[in-house]
Amino acid sequence: MSLLELENVSFENDGETILENISVKIEPGDYISIVGPSGSGKSTFLKLCSHLINPTNGKIKYREKKFIDYNPTELRKTITYCFQTPYLFGITVMDNIKFPFTIRKLAFDKNRVDELFSLFHITTDFLSKDVANLSGGEKQRIALIRSLLFKPEILLLDEITSALDEDNTKIVETVIESLNKEGVTVLFVTHDSEQSRKYANRLLTIERGKIKSLEALK
Amino acid sequence: MNGPNSISITSLLIVSCLVIITLVFSYSQKLKLEKEILISAIRAVIQLVAVGYVLEYIFGFKSPIFTTLLLLFMTFNAAYNAAKRGKAINHGIIISFLSIAAGTIVTLTILVLSRIIVYEPYQIIPISGMIISNSMVALGLCYKQISSDFKNKREEVETKLSLGADILPSSIEIIRDSIKTGMLPTIDSAKTLGIVSLPGMMTGLILAGTSPVEAIKYQIMVMFMLLSTTSISSFIACYLSYRSFFNNRKQLIFTK
Repeated sequence: MSLLELENVSFENDGETILENISVKIEPGDYISIVGPSGSGKSTFLKLCSHLINPTNGKIKYREKKFIDYNPTELRKTITYCFQTPYLFGITVMDNIKFPFTIRKLAFDKNRVDELFSLFHITTDFLSKDVANLSGGEKQRIALIRSLLFKPEILLLDEITSALDEDNTKIVETVIESLNKEGVTVLFVTHDSEQSRKYANRLLTIERGKIKSLEALK
Repeated sequence: MNGPNSISITSLLIVSCLVIITLVFSYSQKLKLEKEILISAIRAVIQLVAVGYVLEYIFGFKSPIFTTLLLLFMTFNAAYNAAKRGKAINHGIIISFLSIAAGTIVTLTILVLSRIIVYEPYQIIPISGMIISNSMVALGLCYKQISSDFKNKREEVETKLSLGADILPSSIEIIRDSIKTGMLPTIDSAKTLGIVSLPGMMTGLILAGTSPVEAIKYQIMVMFMLLSTTSISSFIACYLSYRSFFNNRKQLIFTK
């Protein structure tokens, strides 16, 4: 049984076709790197998978059931999308870290927060820091921690390391790899050809809104 | 100073030269506002003359039903105008009507129960006019702010949605920001009352010969009622309208 399946999915915006007839099956535990030139529709592909937008045509299924049969917010708690440019809201890092607990009406789990901060090589002193004073790398790591406080089943990563230095990239890659080993399915959009083949078991190439190839790597 | 009753038509005609000053200024500065100034001055005179006679006629009716119907008519007109500022908002007229009506009902009820005013047309209609028009302006500001925030803060809303948040927690900052925008002019005006301006009602009463000490009591009442009505209307309108920016799959709609 496929975990996620796109059947002849197309997406148009303002009369412009962004994605056309995309069909792909994503299996549990997959680590799929998605590559393609800028503007080819990679981010739109991830946004469709996270149900932030609806396809103009075609169907998207999660565990054999159509997306429209699920509660959208519950679906997004399972399939989490991480943006290329991280957006930290509120004033402090704590505002961002508390948010996933607040929306689930759960108590703040300090142990889980400590565990993730340590995985991403950040001290918990950061919790009181003003988000406006963080570097790009710090913002991206905080945004990832925020998305991973409750482990998703599918993680959609949109060029999350594109603005990071080598050390930060390595930290993020290691965490993502270990999550995948724990069973989290990963779809990772990247422009880095070395990165695209390093951890993935499949490589999806999108060009001009169409799937050019889906190659097995391992 | 002479009281308002002694203003003659001749005096008004002399005062109309103030409009001519405006026209000369607009013409000499090439502002191209002459036509608009003339139309607005003529419209104001016609509307005020008409409303003067209409009010005199209406004040003669003592029927509370008639007064209520008139309030409904005023509220509907205000709602229609406010809704024009929020074209992206579904059922804008209904939302505006409910918001303005709620603000007006709560405020008028308190004013009547506290015996500051009585439910008679000569008191209810002018007071309601102030309440309804302030609510209308507040709603216009709220709608403008909420529409622009949903366009400019798309990233923030989508980030929250992607974390699994429902549309309310994803929009709460925008809602609060829009309510504030609707309320701030009234709050600012309250802060500067008596220092920067002597507001309309107080000025009117003083011109009519009421002592300033008595006039301030009315102005305090007006300020409190405007604060209450703009907050109630802005709160209800923003909480009812934010859903318009999402579809039934809790996705943010593309707005141009």
